[in-house]
Amino acid sequence: MVPLSYYLLLSGFLFACGVVGFLIKRNIITIFMSIELMLNGVNLSFVAFAAQWHVLAGHIFVFFVMVVAAAESAVGLAIIIAVYRTRETLNVDQVNLLKL
Amino acid sequence: MNPTLNLWVIPILPLAGAAINGFFGRKSSRQAVTAVALVFSGAAFAVALWVAARFSSLSLPYQEFLAHWIRAGSFSADFAFYLDQLSLVMLLVVTGVGFLIHVYSIGYMWEDPGYYRFFTYLNLFMFFMLTLVLAGNYLQLFIGWEGVGLASYLLVGFWFTKDSAASAGKKAFIVNRIGDFGFLIALFLLIKHFGSLDFSRVFGAIAPIRPETAGAGLLTTIGLLLMVGAAGKSAQIPLYVWLPDAMEGPTPVSALIHAATMVTAGVYMVARSHVIFERAPMALTVVAIIGTLTAFFAATIGIAQTDIKKVLAYSTVSQLGYMFMACGVGAFSAGIFHLMTHAFFKGLLFLAAGSVIHAVGGEQDMRKMGGLRTKIPWTFWTMTAATLAISGIPGFAGFFSKDEILWQAYQTNWVYWLVGVVTAFITSFYMFRLWFLTFFGEYRGEAEAKHGDGGRSAHDAHGGHGHGGIHESPRVMVVPLVILAVLSVIGGYVGVPGALGGNDRFDKFLAPVFHGSAPANAQNANLGEKRAPEQATEGSEPKTGDSTELLFTGISVFAALLGFGLAWMFYHKDPELPDRIAVSFSGLYRVLVHKYYVDEFYAALFVKPLIDGSTRILWQGVDRKVIDAAVNDAGDGARHVSDEVRHMQSGNIRSYAGWVAAGAAVVIAFVIWKWVVTL
Repeated sequence: MVPLSYYLLLSGFLFACGVVGFLIKRNIITIFMSIELMLNGVNLSFVAFAAQWHVLAGHIFVFFVMVVAAAESAVGLAIIIAVYRTRETLNVDQVNLLKL
Repeated sequence: MNPTLNLWVIPILPLAGAAINGFFGRKSSRQAVTAVALVFSGAAFAVALWVAARFSSLSLPYQEFLAHWIRAGSFSADFAFYLDQLSLVMLLVVTGVGFLIHVYSIGYMWEDPGYYRFFTYLNLFMFFMLTLVLAGNYLQLFIGWEGVGLASYLLVGFWFTKDSAASAGKKAFIVNRIGDFGFLIALFLLIKHFGSLDFSRVFGAIAPIRPETAGAGLLTTIGLLLMVGAAGKSAQIPLYVWLPDAMEGPTPVSALIHAATMVTAGVYMVARSHVIFERAPMALTVVAIIGTLTAFFAATIGIAQTDIKKVLAYSTVSQLGYMFMACGVGAFSAGIFHLMTHAFFKGLLFLAAGSVIHAVGGEQDMRKMGGLRTKIPWTFWTMTAATLAISGIPGFAGFFSKDEILWQAYQTNWVYWLVGVVTAFITSFYMFRLWFLTFFGEYRGEAEAKHGDGGRSAHDAHGGHGHGGIHESPRVMVVPLVILAVLSVIGGYVGVPGALGGNDRFDKFLAPVFHGSAPANAQNANLGEKRAPEQATEGSEPKTGDSTELLFTGISVFAALLGFGLAWMFYHKDPELPDRIAVSFSGLYRVLVHKYYVDEFYAALFVKPLIDGSTRILWQGVDRKVIDAAVNDAGDGARHVSDEVRHMQSGNIRSYAGWVAAGAAVVIAFVIWKWVVTL
């Protein structure tokens, strides 16, 4: 039996990768993938706890997260395409119209 | 067991009239407004008469409970009504004179664009005044007290577009507030020490207390504070200054509010509180001194006034002084008697003065009148009756009441009597001066008018109706004059003193109110002397007192006739004489014309410091430098901070993400720190 802490460390590592990727990358697609990475890091800790404590709720919650993530990717990709069509770039630093 | 009288109907009727006219009067015709105002005030008078008719079958005081109002702990105040002989007299005076003045106002105010507004206020005044006189406790009395103040303010400032009228209204209101301050504190003291404001409970609690002959105690304090309130409402020294200015209001208002009814509320309140005053000799002495001084000073000011309404205003102040003098010497019923006769003849004087003003097209300066005797005979004869009454000519109403007061005053202290007689002489002089100046000699108005003094048009502001010439007032104004004239003549016969062959019926009527509650051991000789024994034995009064009383009556009659003679000499026989005297006594004359500079004195002592303090310190200092500055600085600060903070919103997604991450990091750090601390 793999100890819980291993899962949690991996989960934390995945989440940290996602955060760092989100912060340092300029390409929207990469940022998008970082978000997925964060979500899955959290998912991992959910299932780990669920398996450890034999509670089904964690598994179910992961399904919810995956469904929402799928929907979010669909919308997100659509937005990315729309942004690319108008701005002709995927660099987020050049997509900065939403300011004062 | 008393039958139910439903006294609450009496005040409610004028209130209903005021509501109807106030809400719908603007759109309805003058006739409709008139009908509403007259029906409701007349109905109040009718109900009052009905109550008076059933009065003898009541066991007094009749009390009626309407509704609970305030209940807080052990304290409670209700809407309740209290009827005894004193309130009945006031009730009849207020509704009766009030109704007559309503009728008169129809003629006087007909041309005024604010016709419906006038009757709304007039009915509102009736409501509050009736609440005041019928109140069953001090708090309800205070509602009426403040309410009549409001009505007075509204009516004094009735022609509010005129600057002087607006500021006269404010002056009346503010000066009254000073008096009300004292009144309120007296009420607080009553609540604190007797736990109630109910007349029957308060007086019941006070009745066993011995008079405070040695020094001032609680009752003296309460009495003095009540007198402060009464001085404000009833225009006594030092708070009388508002009443002469209140003459800016329409003349019927001066008659109803500032002569016949409202200003007597203070006398009524003092008489109502006689249980307190009888046990506070010092407060009573103060009342008497204030009354005497006011009577004298106001009368002297009245000599030099040239505005017909101002003369009457100072005369009102002076007569109110008589009433307080009477209360102050413990002769409450004499004070109320004078209140009643004064309501008749002073109401009449004002209405007749209004009729004169009406006749000469809004002129109020007596120097521009004269010779009106034949031109407006009805006004002349009614005014003559009132003048005779106020001057104390035997046979007329004022004679009996004033004589009663002077006689009672003499029994307490001859100084009061002496000042009273001198005042009676001055009263007679200035009233006949007014009479001669207005009605005799040559008409002096036309010539003045030809000088093209266009600026002073229609002081009384009903100039809009083409005055062809001097003319008698319409019948609707003359009839109330005649009725009041009749009352001024016969009104005194209800209380003819014993010495003059009467039997003091008025005094006996009020006796249950004032004599039932005498202090158990009346150490005060003044109070004890004229209590029960004289009143109890009808007809068989000690003969020794009678001849003295007759002598004093003779002296006051002589004073009145002397005043008449002097006025005749000055203003009829030799019209040049007053001017010569004014020149030779120019200093005294100037002081009188300027009303002893009291207004100027108050302006310098109170008004100017207040205005300066308000402008320089409170406005320029506190308001602008502290409050405004604080608000502006708060706004500026917020703007500066947000000016800096807005750079956070760069539009750059990654910087937003950075802020989110940093925030999350802070939260996590905080959670961890808490966790570490608890370990």
